[in-house]
Amino acid sequence: MSAGFYFGVEVFLNGLMAGVMYSLVALGFVLIFKASGIFNYAQGVMALFAAMTLVGFQNGQVPFAHLINTIFGTELHHFGWHLPAFVAILMSLGVMILFAYIVERFILKHLVNQEPIILFMATIGLAYFMEGFGDLMWGSEIKKMDVGIPQGGNLWIEESTAFLGGDGFYGFYLDTLDIYATVIAAILVVSLVVFSKYSKTGRALRAVADDHQAALSVGISLRTIWVIVWAIAGFVALVAGIMWGSKSGVQFSLSLIALKALPVLMLGGFTSIPGAIIGGMIIGVGEKMFEFLIGAPFLGGATENWFAYMLALLFLVFRPQGLFGEKIIERV
Amino acid sequence: MKMTKFAAVAAAAITVASPVLAELVFPSLSYRTGAYAAGGIPFADGYADYFTLVNERDGGIGGVMTKVVECETGYNTEKGVECYESTKGMGALVYQPLSTGMTYQLIPKAAVDGIPIHTMGYGRTAAANGKVFNNVFNYPDNYWNGASAVVNHMLELNDGDIKGKSLALVYHNSAYGKEPIRTLEILSEKHGFKLTLLPVDHPGQEQKSQWLQIRREKPDYVTMYGWGVMNPTAIQEAANIRFPMENFIGIWWSGSENDVKPVGAAANGYKAVSFHSTGSDFPVYDDLKKYVVDAGKAAGAGDQLGTVVYNRGLYAAMLAVEAVKVAQSIHGVKDITSVMMRDGMEALVINEEIMTAQGMPNFGPTFTVTCENHGGPGTVGVLQWDATAETWNMISDYKPTDSEVINALIEEDSMKYAAENNIELGCK
Repeated sequence: MSAGFYFGVEVFLNGLMAGVMYSLVALGFVLIFKASGIFNYAQGVMALFAAMTLVGFQNGQVPFAHLINTIFGTELHHFGWHLPAFVAILMSLGVMILFAYIVERFILKHLVNQEPIILFMATIGLAYFMEGFGDLMWGSEIKKMDVGIPQGGNLWIEESTAFLGGDGFYGFYLDTLDIYATVIAAILVVSLVVFSKYSKTGRALRAVADDHQAALSVGISLRTIWVIVWAIAGFVALVAGIMWGSKSGVQFSLSLIALKALPVLMLGGFTSIPGAIIGGMIIGVGEKMFEFLIGAPFLGGATENWFAYMLALLFLVFRPQGLFGEKIIERV
Repeated sequence: MKMTKFAAVAAAAITVASPVLAELVFPSLSYRTGAYAAGGIPFADGYADYFTLVNERDGGIGGVMTKVVECETGYNTEKGVECYESTKGMGALVYQPLSTGMTYQLIPKAAVDGIPIHTMGYGRTAAANGKVFNNVFNYPDNYWNGASAVVNHMLELNDGDIKGKSLALVYHNSAYGKEPIRTLEILSEKHGFKLTLLPVDHPGQEQKSQWLQIRREKPDYVTMYGWGVMNPTAIQEAANIRFPMENFIGIWWSGSENDVKPVGAAANGYKAVSFHSTGSDFPVYDDLKKYVVDAGKAAGAGDQLGTVVYNRGLYAAMLAVEAVKVAQSIHGVKDITSVMMRDGMEALVINEEIMTAQGMPNFGPTFTVTCENHGGPGTVGVLQWDATAETWNMISDYKPTDSEVINALIEEDSMKYAAENNIELGCK
């Protein structure tokens, strides 16, 4: 086989792993949509906020320092500590759980029985509020995420595959961070599926997802379920924030990774956890292979963003509910 | 109740009766929010702090106080135009759009309104031809100077011969990122190096395909025209594929602390071209501390002093202040108008004596603006990042770029613009 063939395989593998990174974001959307029928526009901003909070805790940054300094004339910036990553992650998780409670208490509670479009609009408002709030709390400079996940091409894979394609091939390049992300995503999906199927709370979540009224009639608290779902989505956002933040720094654009999750959701379906992973992989491989085979050589490159949506549209035409989504038939 | 009414009437009477104090107004189209805030904040802070310093230390310019009117654009062209429209009536003297897209929209508007635009190191490069673009200035450098400086640096590293070498341009897939392509294509023909173009879509945090291509094709050098998150992502990807960092050279918009610090030690040795100095080892910083920071008058959080983009804002403000002085001298008026400001900018001379007097010795290149040349000298230096010390070090003085190639391109593009817009060539 020629080096070109192996480079194609390399692009394919990297596409799979890029897809897993997209899936990490898509998972948060699926969880909330599945349980409450809300398309959570704020999911990307939640990932940004979670990552900012984690880095802030880790570096001992004083929250709202700028605001405090302006009002009181102080010069606060840092507490002077550096927390271990694990402790900072736990504290950030606590903040995301608190966030879930606040969202339910101040937004969702007041919008019970409203049209889905109203709930969607509420999440748009929440997203913009969170953007500003995050900036005010932690500042808008680009921060380094360091939770100990190594980055860079995996040398072992590179060296042990270099013999495959002759002199012009340098071995498969796979980013160690992407490998970690794949393992974490796999653990996350298995945990979520197990939780959903075998735990009491998971069964309650599924009951609410199937029928709100029926779930309420058997004593399941809709409000508690919403808090739990948003807290889990917050945890998924934290994981996505850690992986993407390690890749490109913690900064505002993290919130835009939601744009990468949309075609994944269109393709995998809005209600399937495994669908988010499979959809992500199809989108990742599709866009990377298209760029490699057609985009870069013939179209001048930068085709990935639009091709992902085109691929998702193509699937939509034949399967509107997505690959793994539930087909909804409403009788009139 | 009666007292409240009385107080309101008295306040209104005082307002009406007071003589209007003259002010020199400098709108700042800033972006402290959004995807590019990390770059917008230090520039806006530096720009505002210099004018505060001039007010506090010198009592304004020629005795007339300055006023910075900030308007948030979020790096959004439409919002930028709205900001322009809402501030131009306040007596705006000069605009710094800080966005190439915005600059393209404002050029025709500013020409009608008679307000000069200064696009330092960005914007429409052909605006260097002052006979066509009477109201637009892009001294001391433009994008094409930057591209030529990268090639010159390659020449320096290879004893003047880069025939057979290869250069990849990783660029923001926007009007800004595409600016150097033509220049680099001509320079590749002239010097015989191979050029590969690698666009990256906004915002640029997913660049795996581009860097896998770089790994496959192994170019000798990579240059980058990026902004925002695209920069640290590219530098991280370069480190991931073990691309030699000393052969990776960014434009000035890809050469700040924001671009290298998130990458950590792996960014060591990364280079960027520049048209001004870095760090805070200048006398002006002593004044800033005394009159601005310690007085509690610093813009923003006051935590950007000494950063690359803060220095750029400072430098832009210093050039604006010097142009006001020239305008005041030409017209014999202290409270100048935007039309007078334009004249001041066109007659601006920046030499070492002036920079030293402002506490900024050797801060930027020396130059003289003329009607024919609104673009300045086109001399560019090279910076290199030291990740251990976390400092940018200037490794090359301001050196000339390929004026033969660049001037021909400026002439061609500006003439095309003049023909399309029925502009009568000439000096005002």
